[in-house]
Amino acid sequence: MTTFEAILLTIVTASTPFLIAALGELVAERSGVLNLGLEGMMAMGAACSFAAAVTFDSSLIGAGAGALAGALMAALFALVVLGFAANQVGSGLALTILGLGLSGLIGAPFVGAKRDPIGHITIPGLSELPVVGRLFFAQDLFVYGSLVLTLAVAFFLHRTRAGLMLRSIGENHTSAHALGLPVLRVRLLAVLFGGACAGLAGAYLSLVYTRFWSPGMIAGRGWIALALVVFAAWRPGWALVGAYIFGAASVLQLHAQAAQFGLPSQVLSAVPYAATILVLLLLSLRHGRAIGAPGSLGSPFVPER
Amino acid sequence: MNSTTPALVELRKISKRYGELLANDGIDLAIAPGEIHALLGENGAGKSTLVKILYGVIEPTEGQILWQGRPVTISSPVEARELGIGMVFQHFSLFDELTVAENIAVALPATWTLSAVRARLGDISRAYGLSLEPDRAVWTLSAGERQRIEIVRCLLQNPNLLILDEPTSVLTPQESEHLFITLEKLAADGCAILYISHKLEEVRRLCRNATILRAGRVTATLDPRERSAREIAALMVGNEIGEVKSSGVHEGQAEILSVQNLSVPPAGLHGQALIDINLNARAGEVIGIAGVAGNGQSELFAALSGETTVESASAVIINGKPCGSFEIDQRRKLGAAFVPEERLGHAAAPTHRLSENILVSHHAVGAVSKSGFVVLGAARKLARTIIKGFDVRSPGEDAQARKLSGGNLQKFVIGREIIRKPKLLIVNQPTWGVDAGAARLIRQALVDLARAGSAIVVISQDLDELFEIADRLAVIHHGRLSPVKPTPEWTKEAIGLEMLGVGHDREAGHAA
Repeated sequence: MTTFEAILLTIVTASTPFLIAALGELVAERSGVLNLGLEGMMAMGAACSFAAAVTFDSSLIGAGAGALAGALMAALFALVVLGFAANQVGSGLALTILGLGLSGLIGAPFVGAKRDPIGHITIPGLSELPVVGRLFFAQDLFVYGSLVLTLAVAFFLHRTRAGLMLRSIGENHTSAHALGLPVLRVRLLAVLFGGACAGLAGAYLSLVYTRFWSPGMIAGRGWIALALVVFAAWRPGWALVGAYIFGAASVLQLHAQAAQFGLPSQVLSAVPYAATILVLLLLSLRHGRAIGAPGSLGSPFVPER
Repeated sequence: MNSTTPALVELRKISKRYGELLANDGIDLAIAPGEIHALLGENGAGKSTLVKILYGVIEPTEGQILWQGRPVTISSPVEARELGIGMVFQHFSLFDELTVAENIAVALPATWTLSAVRARLGDISRAYGLSLEPDRAVWTLSAGERQRIEIVRCLLQNPNLLILDEPTSVLTPQESEHLFITLEKLAADGCAILYISHKLEEVRRLCRNATILRAGRVTATLDPRERSAREIAALMVGNEIGEVKSSGVHEGQAEILSVQNLSVPPAGLHGQALIDINLNARAGEVIGIAGVAGNGQSELFAALSGETTVESASAVIINGKPCGSFEIDQRRKLGAAFVPEERLGHAAAPTHRLSENILVSHHAVGAVSKSGFVVLGAARKLARTIIKGFDVRSPGEDAQARKLSGGNLQKFVIGREIIRKPKLLIVNQPTWGVDAGAARLIRQALVDLARAGSAIVVISQDLDELFEIADRLAVIHHGRLSPVKPTPEWTKEAIGLEMLGVGHDREAGHAA
């Protein structure tokens, strides 16, 4: 395996949590709910999955616990913004702070523990192809899962009736309610799905990417995933492309540091975040507005009765 | 109601209470199969509340609904549709970013697939003359086409009862006539129609039975063709409607507004360009600008008000001062005032108090601010004066703008400008979606302002309104303005043709 191939492999690993978290948030936002608590839900997912995986010595149980933790955090968020129609931005920020704190508490007994790498599934034949073989056909379950999830979300949104309902509700909840669509129920499910995905993304970080838990290990990835949804113009296919671009940026800055690039390491660590701001800036310069933003995004819905 | 036919649907003593307010008070209404029944009333009379109850959007506080003779509870629109009730909303219940077919499919039972919708769309189009392209995104369509989507959405479910809420408010006279023919065809096929409108002439054209609401109660059930429009209007507003008169001829008066060769490139994808607009308004004169929505009215309003500026200063001259490049406040300081089309979000900030909304247009020209600080007392006093002077029914000057009904908020935002006694008033759709009483008050206020020596430009889709108050009229179509002619020289037919762009050859500049 050449250095080049090794770098490509780490890019896949770095990109997968971005993709999973962004897909979940994308579904929630298409239903009209802006959940800024992504970072907090990912932290909870990372802490709970690591705790469960160490306790039961099973990465699978760990992943399940991570998704569950994310979904529970999302349920709390849903109670506040759907049940009580509270401000989504404020509630989401509060959820991030809560998640970061709570995850530190849950993860504290497990600081210093280390997990073994999880198994890779090698597809015979295909994995022997040059370059792309090891890159795409000898990966762990999460990587395959995230690619399948991208297809599934795209299919769900654009080819199923439930997806059409979800998009309609996100586009205009007043019209949707007038037509009798269950606005709050669909939003609840979308938010829970978003939370489970965020939890899973967090689980991937602690179980596969670092294989240990430490507070602050999410390190702004939740915010990048949020920006990614805008970058993707709320489309799953573009979320895949964007996740790999941001993943590449975050890996290449490490290699640039290792190669003594001549720039201070702090500047290089800032590259993925600066890239996020730059991409958002370019997008809004080109379109003048957030193209494809669901019409009701972020506005609370109170049914008239 | 025809006593020999059993009713398809019967509402008995329907009441709906919102806290102190009784929106519906013991309403009785019966509709027979194949009947086109009109529901008439002012804004706030309870029409929308009543049809929302019938369509299952809200629950009645009291009362009973009989469907084909048996009592039913309609607790959601889905249940209403299962009974065979379809509804065409006034503010369309459409999703701009979705396609026509998707918009239709989402409102149909789960058994309908997109391809089934596409296939049936063709049949319905042929049967009722409602042509639609299934894969177009809704935001690219005209108001008439959007309404067709709503109607087709209902028709695909073979409704027994079709409810239409103010269906012609966004249509040209020709499109309206087309709609009437469709509705008559439907009624002939046995579908009952509940037709909500405050345009009396079209109710008399279409309906044999009408129920009139005022302040939540039924004031009369009658045959609109046997009564005069004036008599019916009186039943709606509770007092005889006075006629608004235009103020006459104004040759030789000072020119307050002069627009010369005004051209503005389109703003963005959906924008309409303005092409070589010429227009003037003299003191004491009301100029009317007719046209179908989306032909450049908003753009013309923006260019006149200064929301859009142009490089050529002399393209817009207010009070003798070339001000094409002036921003809105600079134009206000020249004595101009502006009332945009959207009441909520443009003319008024929805979640702000009425007194705070005074600041929206008075901050630079009124006495409501002093060296950069707001004088809230003055704003509140002004709000109270407007509420009183323009009969704005609201809980007071501290009520949020969004809590007011459309008519009352419109009276407030128009009053806010008129109270400044502007030399020039530009107003876009002054009475859109406003009840008869409020509309009369607004028109009278406009005419009174003109009589006092101001020049007024009214952009409106309501031809009756323009014929009533305008001294001179022009039609805007695809961003071009027809010649401005004295109102008596126009016929409704000529205007209708201009609105469709077939009136005369504008490229060559000949009048028809």
